[in-house]
Amino acid sequence: MSSAPQLIASGTDSLREAFGKALTRLAPDYPEVVVLDADIAGGTGVHHFRKAFPERFIQFGIAEQNMMAAAGGMAAVGMIPIVTTFAVFCLRAVEQARLSIAYSNRNVKIVASHPGLDVGPDGGSAQALEDMAAFRAIPGMTVISPADATEMALATKAILDFQGPVYMRTGRSASVSVFDAGHTFEIGKGKIIRQGCDLTIVACGVEVARALDAAKLLEQKGISPRVVNMPTIKPIDVALLTQCARETGAFVTAEDHNIHGGLGGAVAEALAGHAPAPIEFIGVKDRFGESGEPEELAQHLGLGAKSIAAAAERVLARKKAA
Amino acid sequence: MQVSPTLVAAREARLQVLEPPRRLAAAIEKLSEAARAIRRTAIAAVYHATSGHPGGALSSADLFACIYGDALRRGDDLNRDRFVLSKGHAAPALYATGAEFGLCSVKDALSLRKLGSRFQGHPHVLDLPWVETSTGSLGQGFSVAIGMALGLKMKKSPARVYTMLGDGELQEGEVWEGAMCAAHHKLDNLVAVIDYNKLQSDDFNANIMGLEPLGDKWRAFGWHVQEIDGHNIALILEALDHAATAGGKPHVIIAHTIKGRGVPYMENVPAWHGSVKMTPQQTEDALRALGVAEADLKNWIEGNV
Repeated sequence: MSSAPQLIASGTDSLREAFGKALTRLAPDYPEVVVLDADIAGGTGVHHFRKAFPERFIQFGIAEQNMMAAAGGMAAVGMIPIVTTFAVFCLRAVEQARLSIAYSNRNVKIVASHPGLDVGPDGGSAQALEDMAAFRAIPGMTVISPADATEMALATKAILDFQGPVYMRTGRSASVSVFDAGHTFEIGKGKIIRQGCDLTIVACGVEVARALDAAKLLEQKGISPRVVNMPTIKPIDVALLTQCARETGAFVTAEDHNIHGGLGGAVAEALAGHAPAPIEFIGVKDRFGESGEPEELAQHLGLGAKSIAAAAERVLARKKAA
Repeated sequence: MQVSPTLVAAREARLQVLEPPRRLAAAIEKLSEAARAIRRTAIAAVYHATSGHPGGALSSADLFACIYGDALRRGDDLNRDRFVLSKGHAAPALYATGAEFGLCSVKDALSLRKLGSRFQGHPHVLDLPWVETSTGSLGQGFSVAIGMALGLKMKKSPARVYTMLGDGELQEGEVWEGAMCAAHHKLDNLVAVIDYNKLQSDDFNANIMGLEPLGDKWRAFGWHVQEIDGHNIALILEALDHAATAGGKPHVIIAHTIKGRGVPYMENVPAWHGSVKMTPQQTEDALRALGVAEADLKNWIEGNV
């Protein structure tokens, strides 16, 4: 008789695994942290926490609305609830996050795995391309999307130290390593991770590695792109964007999300108010996703390195024409 | 949570094995008067706001009086009982209750819905810490109360969590997610009180989306169920006591009430559920029915209370 099938294949350094392991490592120092799950602990990475701290792991069943609002109640009695589910099911409970968490200013951390096209073969119904826009529109909600496993571990500690509601994306697929052990993370701060003077590519999540690949392609054409890692979508780092506008004068934003309302929207709003500059937006162009492997989908829907490089050339032409 | 010491003493007296019937009668009289005061303030608040929900405030007033006047136990931040108004549109009654039990003034309660007032149309915890959480979107307060009860149990606190739901609110799917959750986690420190006045915004529950058999539904979800007359103070007190002592399951008290109770022209008339603008004449008639003396009517209408 064969052994039971593995239901969910977990890449060893996927962002969800990095999150689950970091949270478990940090938990002894944060006794008020409890994890709320809606029957997908194996998918969100918190099975590590469940194993180590079963008494601090609370099962809510497949009922995200109740889980989200109950997290507000647990925070009200002094706990730090970590609400975990897939990004698409966080959308199901946006109104609970709005009223019972953000409006009440509860110290709840919503950590969403399976964001964007990174979900892959589960297809369009499961690919949340609207979550950052929805949560960004809620007053007082901090929105974070780390780029690799190293940054995810740092961000996990940062959100536990931060007082207030947070929405953070992890990721399903095996992640590409971007940062070395000396990397630092601070909520609200972006970082120039590659210097350049012709334009700035601002990216978050899985698009950071693709932006660095795009920079190599551009370099071969004699273009000098700057790359900014922008893991905090809200509050966006206005000072850094203004500096980049002054120094490079053109932008490409790149995110695994609808081009409306996410990182691109946040960057455009910041620049429009402080330092107007031409921008090209890389992301899913206001449509739903479909089944396929994440890399295939990224190529198919224009989120790959080549698409970013092409957008950079377009924006450079606009900058020169202006 | 501030609760009148005399009412706490009354409760303790009632809990004695051989409680003197006269003491119980005195507690009932006190709470009945508190409920009348809650109704008066709530009606005046809706009048001065020129909008707000009077019907549900009147149906729930006796429940409010018993919960705040008797059931809620004071304590430090961890060990005090909590009350969450899940039917947040009954805010006029909640604020009137706060005024009756010293959490705010009557004048505060009459600032309902005004620009700059902390007494918003639905309760907001950042404005008023004693309302415990912000509500107004049906079903959510119930889930928040479940989260509080879960957290208090995990922290080994003896505190209980009370929450009041409307009957129309039970049409929200989130309520039944929560009902399953509370029973699964054996939250016997949770007491849900349903203001079952049979009417919702547009019409009778039965015509909008039927709820019956309601007691059977909660029993099937694993709850300890009591059904009572929600205007009989003695029965409300008994049900709250019973809910506080029976273990192993979450508790629901299905309180059969009359929407608009205490103001004859409002009773059982769906139009008085919603956000309404009351005329001075309607307000005077209502206050008169609620025992305001002729000489005092003018002060209530002018807000000099």
